[in-house]
Amino acid sequence: MIHFDNVTKTYANQSRPALENVSLDVEKGEFVFLVGPSGSGKSTFLRLILREERPSDGRIYVAGKDLARLTNWKVPYLRRRIGCVFQDFRLLPNKSVYHNVAFALQVIGKPRRFIRKVVPEVIDLVGLEGKHDRMPDELSGGEQQRVAVARAFVNRPMILLADEPTGNIDPATSIGIMKVLDRINRTGTTVVMATHDAAIVDSMRKRVIELEYGKVVRDQSRGVYGQAY
Amino acid sequence: MRAQFVLQEVWTGLRRNLTMTIALVVVVAISLALLGTGLLFVKQVDNTRTYWQGKVQLSIYLCTTTSVSPQCHQNGPATQTEKNQIAADLRALPQVEKVYYESQAQAYQHFRQDFSRDPSFTNLVTRSEIPDSFQVKLRNAAADFNIVAGTVQGRPGVDQIVNDSSILAKFYKLLDGARNAVVIIAIVLIIAAVLLVANTIRLSAFNRRRETAIMRLVGASNFYVQLPFLVEGIIAGLFGWLIAAGLLIAVKQLGLDTLQQYFPYNIQLTAADLVEVIVLAMVMGVLLCGVTSFVTLRRYLRA
Repeated sequence: MIHFDNVTKTYANQSRPALENVSLDVEKGEFVFLVGPSGSGKSTFLRLILREERPSDGRIYVAGKDLARLTNWKVPYLRRRIGCVFQDFRLLPNKSVYHNVAFALQVIGKPRRFIRKVVPEVIDLVGLEGKHDRMPDELSGGEQQRVAVARAFVNRPMILLADEPTGNIDPATSIGIMKVLDRINRTGTTVVMATHDAAIVDSMRKRVIELEYGKVVRDQSRGVYGQAY
Repeated sequence: MRAQFVLQEVWTGLRRNLTMTIALVVVVAISLALLGTGLLFVKQVDNTRTYWQGKVQLSIYLCTTTSVSPQCHQNGPATQTEKNQIAADLRALPQVEKVYYESQAQAYQHFRQDFSRDPSFTNLVTRSEIPDSFQVKLRNAAADFNIVAGTVQGRPGVDQIVNDSSILAKFYKLLDGARNAVVIIAIVLIIAAVLLVANTIRLSAFNRRRETAIMRLVGASNFYVQLPFLVEGIIAGLFGWLIAAGLLIAVKQLGLDTLQQYFPYNIQLTAADLVEVIVLAMVMGVLLCGVTSFVTLRRYLRA
């Protein structure tokens, strides 16, 4: 599903590469934790998958597509197959829960009938039944993140990228979010989650990829957050 | 393409920076109105000019018993032989298209008609004081006047040669000057309008940066991301155009049409002329706003 082949990314004006010679595979339906200290290259990894950045060297394949050969106007179609969740939720403050989720379908031109059918299903899936008409500022952080997950998943992407989705949420609520991500993973969606949350990584027992200074220092199936340093 | 959704986004966009939108509409309206006025002026000047070009361009006034110029005193009134000779010579010139003789009776009648608003003046002048003349139509008025005038100048019986176009030249100069001023102001305002459109769209893009960021994230096509802004610009342009159309109708009805009273013949612009200018203003307005927002967005939303 995601294939990195010797990928190096160096940002302009920086001598040290953000990612260096990274080669790895993520299979369809896998759940992968991406761990490592700040600045270790986690976000760069996710941005490369979205083709928000292009690698300085190496090849990246996402959903069978060689990103180097993807023309600019085809990038939106790649992104329709990838859902994204962020630490800061990124909801539209002037739209209700329902409309925030529906927005993702409206802007890719889905028919209204389809939207009316799918959006309530996804809102229920993330556990926000009966809160369709709430505005984001009427929701708790955990609930807002559920809306963001619903928006990322509503178009049934093949891959869900989550960049520290529990970073702004207390541990008890985080467990709820993780259950939602796990439920989504069980539908066959590949989930890649960058995180600092050791408790979550340890409790989930999924594959863990650890980055340090832009290099993969550990790739472990059924891993935990930290080795003994 | 979900039209309702796009229009809703456009409406929020226009409402959110209302002051900018109003400023934009006003500037577009005024610049289009001025541009249109310039075009109407051009048409008006053309109208009067075409009329005159189809008419006499050279008048050769003949000596009569009452002529006061020293030349006429010397030779006396023009005789029939002299008149015949002048007519024949004029007709022989290749530059001359047409010559016709206007008798004193005809000339007097025209005179009374032209000054019909001023009977005290027409009553003072008798028929014998209005000279007869040859009215000459030239093939090329500007170039050939001197050649044709030269062949009859100073002949016995010839009093005065008048170049009709030189009488009108001052009037045209005035109209041309007014037109140029209007067009220059219009161009300056259009530049202002372009900058204002660019600014408004940029502001709008900034206001909606969350929306556009999410749109890009969930895979909206570039066209879909840009469409609301484009439509926003074009709608503002159309509003400006509507106001401009009203102003242009006013310019014609209250301004240009009043020129008619200074002319004994019809110079009034037709409704079709006005419609043509208004349609041109619309195309201009839509292009101006559409192209500017498109180019601005290209630079602002580049992924």
